[in-house]
Amino acid sequence: MTKTAMKPKSAPVSLPKCTTGIQGLDEITGGGLPKGRPTLVCGGAGCGKTLLGIEFLVRGAVLFDEPGVFLAFEETAEELAQNVRSLGFDLEDLIEKKKLAVDYIHVERSEIEETGEYDLEGLFIRLGHAIDSIGAKRVVLDTLETLFSGLSNDSILRSELRRLFRWLKQKGVTAIITAEKGNGSLTRHGLEEYVSDCVLLLDHRVEGQISTRRLRIVKYRGSSHGTNEFPFLIDEGGVSVFPITSLQLQHKASAERISTGVPALDAMLGGQGVYRGSSVLLSGTAGVGKTSLACHAANACCQRGERCLYIAFEESEAQLLRNMRSIGLDLEPWVKKGLLRFQVARPTMNGLEMHLASIHKQVEAFQPQLVIVDPITSFVSSGTAPEASSMMMRLVDYLKSREITALLTNLSHAGTVLEQSEVEISSLIDTWLLLRDIELNGERNRGLYILKSRGMPHSNQIREFLLTDQGVQLTEVYLGPEGVLTGSARLAQEAKEKATAVERSLEIERKRGELERRQQALEAQIAVLQLQFQTDKEEMERDITCEQAYLEKLEQGRHDMARSRKSDSNGHIVTPKKARK
Amino acid sequence: MTKDVSRSIEPYSSKSMEARVADRASEFYTLRLYIAGLTPRSTLAVDRIRTICDRYLSGRYDLTVIDLYLHPEAARQAQIVVIPTLVKQTPAPMRLFVGDMTDEKRILRGLNIILEPSESSR
Repeated sequence: MTKTAMKPKSAPVSLPKCTTGIQGLDEITGGGLPKGRPTLVCGGAGCGKTLLGIEFLVRGAVLFDEPGVFLAFEETAEELAQNVRSLGFDLEDLIEKKKLAVDYIHVERSEIEETGEYDLEGLFIRLGHAIDSIGAKRVVLDTLETLFSGLSNDSILRSELRRLFRWLKQKGVTAIITAEKGNGSLTRHGLEEYVSDCVLLLDHRVEGQISTRRLRIVKYRGSSHGTNEFPFLIDEGGVSVFPITSLQLQHKASAERISTGVPALDAMLGGQGVYRGSSVLLSGTAGVGKTSLACHAANACCQRGERCLYIAFEESEAQLLRNMRSIGLDLEPWVKKGLLRFQVARPTMNGLEMHLASIHKQVEAFQPQLVIVDPITSFVSSGTAPEASSMMMRLVDYLKSREITALLTNLSHAGTVLEQSEVEISSLIDTWLLLRDIELNGERNRGLYILKSRGMPHSNQIREFLLTDQGVQLTEVYLGPEGVLTGSARLAQEAKEKATAVERSLEIERKRGELERRQQALEAQIAVLQLQFQTDKEEMERDITCEQAYLEKLEQGRHDMARSRKSDSNGHIVTPKKARK
Repeated sequence: MTKDVSRSIEPYSSKSMEARVADRASEFYTLRLYIAGLTPRSTLAVDRIRTICDRYLSGRYDLTVIDLYLHPEAARQAQIVVIPTLVKQTPAPMRLFVGDMTDEKRILRGLNIILEPSESSR
């Protein structure tokens, strides 16, 4: 039992832990509460102590088959069951299945006459009976300190409480003891003195009219733990604690690349787009086309047959769909197919934690491959900047851990440094695209460039970003002696270049013609020469033949003559010479 | 609040105040004393309460001593936390006395045996 309840990652820790099953709490405590020991949960009124206790028992009973006892000092079993029914906890059912026992302890000073020495054996008997009747492994005492208001003898109570905690340890049950926060101390009656193994402090603060619940581990003997204040929230799913940054940085890194929906942008990003599961930040001032670019990405995602969750804080779904149609992007079919889901909310509707929780919930339910948050800057208005930044960090972390690509837009205000995101999450971002206005010649044009893109070659060029009725298009800007030219200046420059190009090509054509003509002339000349040569050659050959014929005839004549003289045939070579002499 | 512990208000009758005070002398007391084992404190409490009852409520009381070690479920039913606890079930209102019952004055007052105008209203 001990081993199965322990998370494998806490293996090197010798302290056995009891997995609470409460979302996030096991993560920050490194596996749960100390097993077989009491844990003190303190905090002010309405900070969620009772609920944390109830959930600890319910999760234990449902997930880990560990029955639990709830000793209520403030609410009756019926009230308790009613209060947590809205969270989906059916206490009556658990009680019936003997997974849970709830005992309401009523101590009312006005009904009690103290007539001497006493002890709390009755409490021990009731608790012991409840534990034994269902074989409980978990116990919650909520709120034990009520005893101090019901009974006047403090010294008896203190010694009895000390005995109680010792007894709980002996029983081997993992216990949660809740206590009201006192002035300047963790609990009103100094319970932290007796429960020293693990102390959790819950807090409910209102800042800027938005309340946030926080949880801090004050101490945890024999275990490492997160020391920060962790925001948590209570919603219809119970308690969720959010580690600001998950304790590990072990995201899987996919080598798969996905398109941004704009081919030219993909080309700038090493030709293949961004990595799957990476985080992309699109920042820029108002009206530069962040949303349009984001919608392209959504469109591309749906075209791949993947799901996309679009969290919009500025426009309603209908408005977004209409506006995107004007740039030739029809997203409605994707919505109908169930591939694209919009979650539209005013940023001030909830506190940051609720936003994060609702995003978590949507992501869990919809299982998207791409999450777009448009814009993240809105979070600042529902919290302070550092809170928004920590929340974004958790969101990006969360999405990364699930290999979901995140596309975040960031509205930079005019006058701020563009290379700085409002919520300071730039270090978490893998690919950062900057959209900016370029004002020139009485025009405002849009420019896009890649500020960074981890792990891939990317273009260092500014591209002009055009919103056409065919969607987003990127063109190269003209970089000339006068600087960057965009818009009509670029068009003028392009026209000029085009004219020059035409001129050049005509010139080339002309030169090519001339060359051809020259070649033809040359060839003609060659032909004439060849012809002449042929004529000369034939003439000369004729002469040669004539000469040869003459020589033959001469020889023949000499022969004839010699024959007629009947001279020595041997001396016929010499004789002609002699004869000539 | 559960039914066991809710304090009921004494019903007003048409009788005069004097008559009602007079009635008190004949009221029947149902008492339950919850103890846990025979500890010195428990036996002391049992002895004390018997003495008080015999002296002031002779013949008109019923005292049951319950050992919670033998009947742990009774603790829950009777809302017992502190040991020893004496529960006055009748006459109404129900009252709890905790401790080893050494403070006799308090017990008598709580049982409404010594009448003091300021105390009777509690």
